[in-house]
Amino acid sequence: MTAVSPHAGVRLHIVTGKGGTGKTTVASALALALARQGKRVLLAEVEERQGISQTFDVAPIGHQETRIVHERGGGELYALSVDVRQSLMEYLQKFYKLGRAGTALEKVGAVDFATTIAPGLRDVLLIGKVYEAVGRRRGGRHHDRDDLAYDAVVLDAPPTGRVVRFLNVNAEVADVAKVGPIRTQADSITRLLRSHRTAVHVVSLLEEMPVQESVDALAELSAASLPLGAIVINQVHEPLIGEKDLRVVARGVDSLPASVTADLKSVSVRTSAAMVAGLITQAEDHVDRVELQQEQEAVLLAQRRQVYRLPMLPEGTDAGGIRVLADVLTDQGMI
Amino acid sequence: MDAAPPPPLDLDALLRDDATRIVVCCGAGGVGKTTVAAALGLRAAEAGRRVVVLTIDPARRLAQSLGLSELDNTPRPVVGFDPAAGGSLDAMMLDMKRTFDEVVEAHATPEKAQQILANPFYDAVSSSFAGTQEYMAMEKLGQLRSKAAREGTWDLIVVDTPPSRSALDFLDAPKRLGSFLDGRFIRLLMAPAKAGGRAYLKVFSGGVTMATSVMSKILGGQVLQDVQTFVAALDTMFGGFRERADATYALLKDPETAFVVVAAPERDALREASYFVARLDEEGMPLAGVVVNRIQRLAAPTLSGSRALAAAEQLAERQSGSGNPSAVSETAGLTEGLLRLHVSLAQTADRHEALARRFGAGHPGIPMVEVPAAASDIHDVEGLRSVGEALAVSAPARR
Repeated sequence: MTAVSPHAGVRLHIVTGKGGTGKTTVASALALALARQGKRVLLAEVEERQGISQTFDVAPIGHQETRIVHERGGGELYALSVDVRQSLMEYLQKFYKLGRAGTALEKVGAVDFATTIAPGLRDVLLIGKVYEAVGRRRGGRHHDRDDLAYDAVVLDAPPTGRVVRFLNVNAEVADVAKVGPIRTQADSITRLLRSHRTAVHVVSLLEEMPVQESVDALAELSAASLPLGAIVINQVHEPLIGEKDLRVVARGVDSLPASVTADLKSVSVRTSAAMVAGLITQAEDHVDRVELQQEQEAVLLAQRRQVYRLPMLPEGTDAGGIRVLADVLTDQGMI
Repeated sequence: MDAAPPPPLDLDALLRDDATRIVVCCGAGGVGKTTVAAALGLRAAEAGRRVVVLTIDPARRLAQSLGLSELDNTPRPVVGFDPAAGGSLDAMMLDMKRTFDEVVEAHATPEKAQQILANPFYDAVSSSFAGTQEYMAMEKLGQLRSKAAREGTWDLIVVDTPPSRSALDFLDAPKRLGSFLDGRFIRLLMAPAKAGGRAYLKVFSGGVTMATSVMSKILGGQVLQDVQTFVAALDTMFGGFRERADATYALLKDPETAFVVVAAPERDALREASYFVARLDEEGMPLAGVVVNRIQRLAAPTLSGSRALAAAEQLAERQSGSGNPSAVSETAGLTEGLLRLHVSLAQTADRHEALARRFGAGHPGIPMVEVPAAASDIHDVEGLRSVGEALAVSAPARR
């Protein structure tokens, strides 16, 4: 457990996964785990879903970075929901000192055009904001070179179906802009995204479709030269019945109902044939589920990435649940 | 006091009603929309309807079982369904790019179409335009509906919607395209192409001139030029596009359409479902009801979770115990396992139940049906049939 984490040098953690696999939950847990190590961490979302504020049960988060957790050990977690219009305005201001022109652009509908229609631009702006946060230095220029505003940034990225296009800003922009400042910006972003300072983690469930999408996404990410991080398996059902007993259930031993009935009676549970049959049916379904999970896990393991497992929390994930998951990620050495 | 339970959603009645011509399944990603759409299609076909299912992005094995090996925009008969009732079942997967190309080809002269398809900007727009997939799904729906009316091939179209960035994308797509085409900025971009040369400078106010020059500075002149050519080429077909967008919107509002919102008993998915329900209502879209998919059910509901936990602990104590080993049965460990599994399932079932109940209370009068979670993934016609059965059980509300 004291071994150096494979992601120790990573400054930008990008978390993706099929819709419904819990990528916001995993991104939140990862960010919280980093903060609990005493780091200053930014957790960013880019789809205006307010997933972060809902996960941590805090007021809606906007384009202003807001501190949502302060750890006793000094760690801090900030959250940001990137707004594409404001990113464009910031971008115009930063590179062109165009405060007033920005307003003019807004008036003629160019901002609408750029942020909702022009392909690629939207993504460049969204990821550009994250890029800026990764590289930002604290305070004025006189500070130490290493005095970065954030020790780590965790991005709750779009789902697997869209993530490669989202991250592959260079290719996207190349379609429309071969030269010019947008292109230069896209190039710097791409340099960060393809470096060892970035890791793209894929969240999966042990079900067929999420696993298939994860495998596809890993291949696509790798084809786009994006640095693969870990596979995080979410909602793992802990085996509640021992392997030997599972085999007994799977075999369908005839005497099983009678023995179970006797066991239950011995601890004064009032039984009925239907109830005992029901308990056994539940176990049979569980056997099927376990087999399916093993099958799907083998597919993920064959990807030869680091794999971390988060337990299914039967009570659901609220802010307390995220803490539990953050500790699990730390214990398993993800960070 | 609990609120009155929601009325049951009777999907069988909906599917068997000849007046129902389109069923749109929508909901957050990962809730089983595609499976529900396919199961509804199968059930309707086996009740005698002639059905086509339009899927967007099915799981590989599910697609294979439906006979969809390619993403080629062609409806193909589904193998393994039971035609005894006189129905038919076709399925197809949406090819977004191809559909866009077809729209362009249908609305422009061959020469113009050529120009548009060859423009580098078109390539980018047709594959990554925000909402392209949503728009194209709706476009394809419109096409299928016309074909059905023209040729009598199908009398029911079941559509699975794309896993949208947000709940609203797919309803907004037709309108957004319209406003894109009507946008002032687009008009502005087209001005030079129309007026020729730099004459437009005189026409527009200083602010606008500044805006174009800024855009040109940021994007680079070549981009703006590509956009201008593209937009000018599209201009001829603007009317057609907008008409189509309006027609699609009208089709969605028509009483022959029924929206089925699919949700899973998870906070986020239900929140998304709430958006859908509110939005459909706001737009006056015909909402049939909500399917709460994958609800955990207990096979031994008479045993409470807390009683099971107490019994499991007693059995555990006895096994580890100091007492007489002969008093411990051989299956004590197994029975303890069954009980612990039951405890966990009961906890999940309670949570699902509470979430569904709260959702029902928050949307009074909206018909709802709950579908129990299957033990394994659904990837064949047999599995879809059982999902269809579960969907159709218009179980009187249990609460």
